[in-house]
Amino acid sequence: MADRKVIIIGSGPAGLTAALYTARANLKPLLVEGIEAGGQLMLTTMVENWPGFRDGIMGPDLMADMRAQAERFGTDVVQGNVERVDLRSRPFSIAFADGKTLTTEALIIATGASARWLEIGCDRKLSGHGVSTCATCDGYFFRGRPIAVVGGGDSAMEEAIYLTRFASKVTVIHRRDSLRASKIMQDKAFANPKIEFIWDSEIADINDLDRGEVTGIVVRNLKTGKLTDVALDGVFIAIGHTPNTALFRGQLELDEAGYVVTHHGSKTSCPGVFAAGDVQDHIYRQAITAAGSGCMAAIDAERYLDGLPIPDETTDNAECLVAPPTSELYKP
Amino acid sequence: MASEKVKTFTDSNFDEEIKNGVTLVDFWAEWCGPCRRLAPAVDALASEYDGRATVAKMNVDENPNVPGRFMIRGIPTLLIFKNGQLADQIVGLVPKEEIARKLDQQL
Repeated sequence: MADRKVIIIGSGPAGLTAALYTARANLKPLLVEGIEAGGQLMLTTMVENWPGFRDGIMGPDLMADMRAQAERFGTDVVQGNVERVDLRSRPFSIAFADGKTLTTEALIIATGASARWLEIGCDRKLSGHGVSTCATCDGYFFRGRPIAVVGGGDSAMEEAIYLTRFASKVTVIHRRDSLRASKIMQDKAFANPKIEFIWDSEIADINDLDRGEVTGIVVRNLKTGKLTDVALDGVFIAIGHTPNTALFRGQLELDEAGYVVTHHGSKTSCPGVFAAGDVQDHIYRQAITAAGSGCMAAIDAERYLDGLPIPDETTDNAECLVAPPTSELYKP
Repeated sequence: MASEKVKTFTDSNFDEEIKNGVTLVDFWAEWCGPCRRLAPAVDALASEYDGRATVAKMNVDENPNVPGRFMIRGIPTLLIFKNGQLADQIVGLVPKEEIARKLDQQL
């Protein structure tokens, strides 16, 4: 017998909606929060596009309510991190960072995506000392100081606008000559007198690694190749996300960007393993689509469990398709 | 709810408190979501390392000087001191086990 009928990894809108539905289906789900508990919405401020809240709702409040709702119907929420999963034998086994291991008949993956860095080396080294991927966490340290935001999407505009509360000036650096952000966010950003734009450009270098703090950046114009020094005190990176799929590499089919490949709803290449939210979606990436796919994964898992023969713990899972060696496909 | 094993450091008692032994200081603020998520791990470490290392929290809103001195521009940041000297640092959210590994290296 497996320890659990269903384990859900991840506690953003996808994971918590999957928990709500599987709990109401009496599957007594166990949900593992992970280190970034609550997911990306925990780092946002006002969420204005979650249906039903006509005046908006704070991201962290929405997540607290979702969690309480999932718990009300019997979800066991545990803190901690999953260190290893074994999808090759049935039931699946899930090993935690504290050394415990649990087995489960069905697994729902909702591990989401984490902020991407610039990959110029110096940005990570100056993390916490002027370079950040979280405006709501770190904006406060830049009161009255000039800063840069890198990126051109909705998240970048939200961060830029939020940061004008603290910063003396916010310079948005974007690789193209127009924004990818929605019209409403663009209008807000363009109307903000504290926000300036540097187009067709990327950050070539961040100073000053030796001093251990940000004193300025070197901006490269991608059309002319010209390098320009800009003095500022902080750099906020908002250039998208990388899916958190390291746990599943080699055991599930991932696409070339590392996202879990799903088919027929939330099914993965391995029967009994379902995926929901940003870990399998690089297109929509909304709270509401994540929640919707979490619901789908719950219903798919419930149907799978209904049709499941009595699990034999020793049988190798021959059905589990591990298509082309994903280590070759996946480039971090 | 903070464990009673976790000390509270301020700008005025900081230097005195980190003088001896191994000390883990968690720089945090009320408005910082990731700090709230890290808090249970810090609380647990305070109990687990009781008698071997000091675990403390420092509110960056109430204590601007020490965070400034260590050029902290993001929270949560954890600094590990050994006999008054900065020995290691961890920026952002990390699993409890990783903090424990870094503490063990100093013990």
